[in-house]
Amino acid sequence: MAENEITFEPDDRYNAFLTVCNRVSHGKGKLAGITVAVKDNISTKNIETTCASKILKGYVPPYDAHVVELIKKEGAAIVGKTNLDEFGMGTTTENSAFGPTLNPCDTTRVPGGSSGGSAAAIASGMVRMALGTDTGGSIRCPSAFCGIVGLKPTYGRVSRYGLIAYANSLEQIGPMARTVSDVSLLMQVIAGYDRRDSTSYNKPYTHTPKADIKGLKIGIPNEYFGEGVDPKVANVVKDALTQLEHLGATTVPCSIPSMEYALAAYYVICTSEASSNLARFDGVRYGPAADTKKSWHDSYQEVRRAGFGTEVRRRIMLGTFALSSGYYGKYYAKAQIARENVRKDFARIFSEVDVIVGPTMPTIAFKLGEKSDPLSMYLADILTVPVNLAGIPAISLPCGKVAGMPVGIQIMGKPFDDERVIDVAFAYEQAVK
Amino acid sequence: MVTEKDVEHIAELADIDIDKDELVTFTHQFNAILEYFDVLDRVHGKDAITRDLSNVMREDQVEPSLPQEEVLRNAAAQEDGFIKAPRVM
Repeated sequence: MAENEITFEPDDRYNAFLTVCNRVSHGKGKLAGITVAVKDNISTKNIETTCASKILKGYVPPYDAHVVELIKKEGAAIVGKTNLDEFGMGTTTENSAFGPTLNPCDTTRVPGGSSGGSAAAIASGMVRMALGTDTGGSIRCPSAFCGIVGLKPTYGRVSRYGLIAYANSLEQIGPMARTVSDVSLLMQVIAGYDRRDSTSYNKPYTHTPKADIKGLKIGIPNEYFGEGVDPKVANVVKDALTQLEHLGATTVPCSIPSMEYALAAYYVICTSEASSNLARFDGVRYGPAADTKKSWHDSYQEVRRAGFGTEVRRRIMLGTFALSSGYYGKYYAKAQIARENVRKDFARIFSEVDVIVGPTMPTIAFKLGEKSDPLSMYLADILTVPVNLAGIPAISLPCGKVAGMPVGIQIMGKPFDDERVIDVAFAYEQAVK
Repeated sequence: MVTEKDVEHIAELADIDIDKDELVTFTHQFNAILEYFDVLDRVHGKDAITRDLSNVMREDQVEPSLPQEEVLRNAAAQEDGFIKAPRVM
């Protein structure tokens, strides 16, 4: 075996991986030899990238995503591509065309989604770090359900170049790991300006976590502890808040009135963007062969019927409907105003507090098959989507258990204040260690 | 309320082929979801995003791109170095 080559032969009983790279060579750097898994909607040169969809089965990207270039340059060993809800559309990883991922804490339960494969690969110890993507909670939800740490960075801080788009205005690539220090280390490598993403912002992340939070002001939104949130989950998070107070933070109650319609606004916007983004999958430049003898319309319908799963087709249709003539004003235009109101609510609260804290998810991980109705599945995202609408950073880290399953505490920060979010998480993690 | 006919029309617009069984299920689900979306009727405010944002442009300069064989690698149907597509007319 050559120097700087590792062998990776995991016992993947959780179906966390869609592709495993058994022999991986790596260079030197901040991540030298560290095993990193990459969510399968992030392009990896010469490694199949499917988005967990039949429509991209066999697709081998001819280029790396910006984040993949960066982690390779720092010596990471990319050991595989992880499972997800098809194109990131889901909260459980059950919407994968290649079967669900199981939660390593309890294999009768889902790992959360859509970055469920990345979370399970970390929680089971198969890899040390992973890249996920977060459109409406897809890093934070599986982090909470599997008991690991995951950061959704401020919008614009990490380049989306090479991320196969689902809802561009909402999604960010972010780091996942078992510890806050590892999440911070991976963030150091992936954050920074990239001219190939026109929403990229030039603010590198060079931070090292600090555990001092004396004088920190924490806002506690009543909407995060009210109706729809399991009281047992709420109590575990409240205990964690008491712990943060012991470390020198003060808490003040606050309110996010726009939460009333944030989830509806999120689903209108993400499905609308999806209906546009996913129009590119036509079996011509990539994907299963389109029948070139048929008319464009017939061949296109055939490929998309066979290639897309039910949830993807549902979301494409919902988005097409929300943007269609006669309904645009009622849905899409209203959703944009709602989005602005969410952003204003956060700005108002952040003029008085440093971070906002609540549960990541309203419940512990669901049983496999438990959420069979799409609307009830969407409702589970209520506590994570406001962050994406506002573009702010948020981290989820474990803060206790209910019925033996992990509970995640969510720390939300001001735009471009990812460093503070990391520090608060680090302070808590060190205190309870 | 959307009808099965509406859903069929949307499926057509989105090039999502749909069969009769699915139509019943999708219509039922759409109505539940759209009823939930009605909460947006309570949203008030200006109808334009007033933030100070500007487009990000670059010079239209030719830069190195992927070689032709790399670009064609994932295309199922090819002819003479071109990607073959279904007929449009």
